[in-house]
Amino acid sequence: MLKERNPDLSRYVEPDRVRKEVYTDAEIFEREMERIHETVWIYCGHESQVPKAGDYCAVQIGRQPMIMVRGKDRKVNVLYNRCPHRGNMIVGDRKGNTGEQFRCSYHAWTFHHDGKLKNIPMMESGYAGTRYGKDNPDCSMKKAARVESYRGFVFASLSSSGPSLKDFLGKSIVAFDDMCDRAPGGEVEVVPNCFRVIQHSNWKLFMENQIDALHPSVTHQSTGRAAHEVEKILAKNAKGGEALSYHMLSAFATVTIDKWDNFQTINYPHGHCILTGYMGLRPQDPDTKAYDKVMIKAYGRKRFEEIVGVNIHHVLVYPGLSVQSPLQQLRAVRPLGVDRTLTEIWHFRLKGAPEAIYRRSLAYYNLVNSPATLINADDLENFWKCHTGLSSDGGDWVSFGRHHGRDIEEKGVVSSGPNMGTSEAPMRNQMKAWAKYMKEETRTP
Amino acid sequence: MKAQYDVEQFLYKQSELLDTKNWQGWIDLFAPDGIYWMPPDASYETWDGQPAIFAEDKNLMTVRMLRVLHPDAWSQRPLWETNHVVSNVSILKASKNGDVEVRSRFHMMELRRDDVRHFAGSYFHKLKKTKSGYAIKLQRVDMTNAQAAYDYVLQVWV
Repeated sequence: MLKERNPDLSRYVEPDRVRKEVYTDAEIFEREMERIHETVWIYCGHESQVPKAGDYCAVQIGRQPMIMVRGKDRKVNVLYNRCPHRGNMIVGDRKGNTGEQFRCSYHAWTFHHDGKLKNIPMMESGYAGTRYGKDNPDCSMKKAARVESYRGFVFASLSSSGPSLKDFLGKSIVAFDDMCDRAPGGEVEVVPNCFRVIQHSNWKLFMENQIDALHPSVTHQSTGRAAHEVEKILAKNAKGGEALSYHMLSAFATVTIDKWDNFQTINYPHGHCILTGYMGLRPQDPDTKAYDKVMIKAYGRKRFEEIVGVNIHHVLVYPGLSVQSPLQQLRAVRPLGVDRTLTEIWHFRLKGAPEAIYRRSLAYYNLVNSPATLINADDLENFWKCHTGLSSDGGDWVSFGRHHGRDIEEKGVVSSGPNMGTSEAPMRNQMKAWAKYMKEETRTP
Repeated sequence: MKAQYDVEQFLYKQSELLDTKNWQGWIDLFAPDGIYWMPPDASYETWDGQPAIFAEDKNLMTVRMLRVLHPDAWSQRPLWETNHVVSNVSILKASKNGDVEVRSRFHMMELRRDDVRHFAGSYFHKLKKTKSGYAIKLQRVDMTNAQAAYDYVLQVWV
């Protein structure tokens, strides 16, 4: 537990190691919710989740229950899910359509889609002469300080000051460009299903694991081997077709621990990271060829080659988003407590692409990201073991020393060195950003 | 009456195979083109081309089996047991050749490490009559908890 009242938390982070309390201390958790998640840009959802006026989704930003709602003016608003009257939450379900207005289930105050007070029952007789009424902004639902959208992906910040969404994302914006550009129509739409999985650990363990190139062949050995066995039998029967989804799984074992050094991580300010490395998504099967044809028609050959040549495995938008753009998968991280974290897992469809291309990434969504996942189960086990181990007195530090001192730094961008893809540079970079955020309050309410 | 008895015995056997971890025996209950499907939502009408919690043919079932049998299936190392109860068995459709469509309800209690979880819902089985009994063409599992957040995940068929 924290002994000092207001400790300088940047002291908990050294260039190659971090104090365990950063993961396990409940007070530090509260402070990071305030200084990080409730300050920076957090992903709310995709515009295609709320196509019609009145469509809404419940979203958690830090500790704040929020609502993303489409207005009659087509604008997507993000509001605090709280009635200004007595504090009741306005919606109690995860999604729906609220019709013309929000109506509180407690005393029937009603609100427009932008949160403005519409009516209070017997308003005139009940409130004439008081400070309460339509002219008082305290009688409307509070809005997120800032809402911005990029290529259909909606973000909100609960601080009125700070970098714009584009400046915040920096180079990690490629997550959304790479995903959308791969659609002949230049747009994606959400597949209307969200898989939600809870892990018993601090949220940072998830963010670190997503771009941890050292762990797949160790953690996911069992599934990689199993898929490889069946893949071999299928190859013998030589029907092809199915092989790719097996290959996605077997790669976890056939790409052995030493080969992951061929990958590279590029680490950016604010803790963002790109893991490069291609998963063999340009095979020469008839489906890919049909897709290439549609893409070339839409973009021309030169631009097409640029688009499908983008070499990305994973993009991490710190602190709460992990995107696998070539497979159109997105995982949003919602911290529930210091030792509990929810991930919301989405899949997107490339508009205008052949059905077979959707099915290819769907296979990955189902096999890797569903609640019957063949992959993440072992990560979840590690997360719990990690958090429990860190809560012990068996040591005070978490080490991020792999290839420390060998990173290549240029203008604030840190790349893992050549053939050092398993460098713990991404973890060092995340913790550097974390320490900077935690040093002082930057949120402006 | 005979068909009702046979179908019930078949479903009991299936849950017994799961609870005794006889994975290969369980897979063998499926026809060569049989599918095990758990949709994320009861409104889904087909397993094909849609998000699915499980949508497995026998090849994928074999991957899952080989994985849980692998010594480094870390998530399966802790104490892990299940107990299925199947009930409310009703034959919805019976063909002259003996094929049947069956609806039933299940309750599975799972113990993992020190935690108990409950999963419940309904099964829909399309069973093909064979010389030795039935083979599963399709098993649809509509889990009451399907849309709930998963506190940890499912590792073996329900």
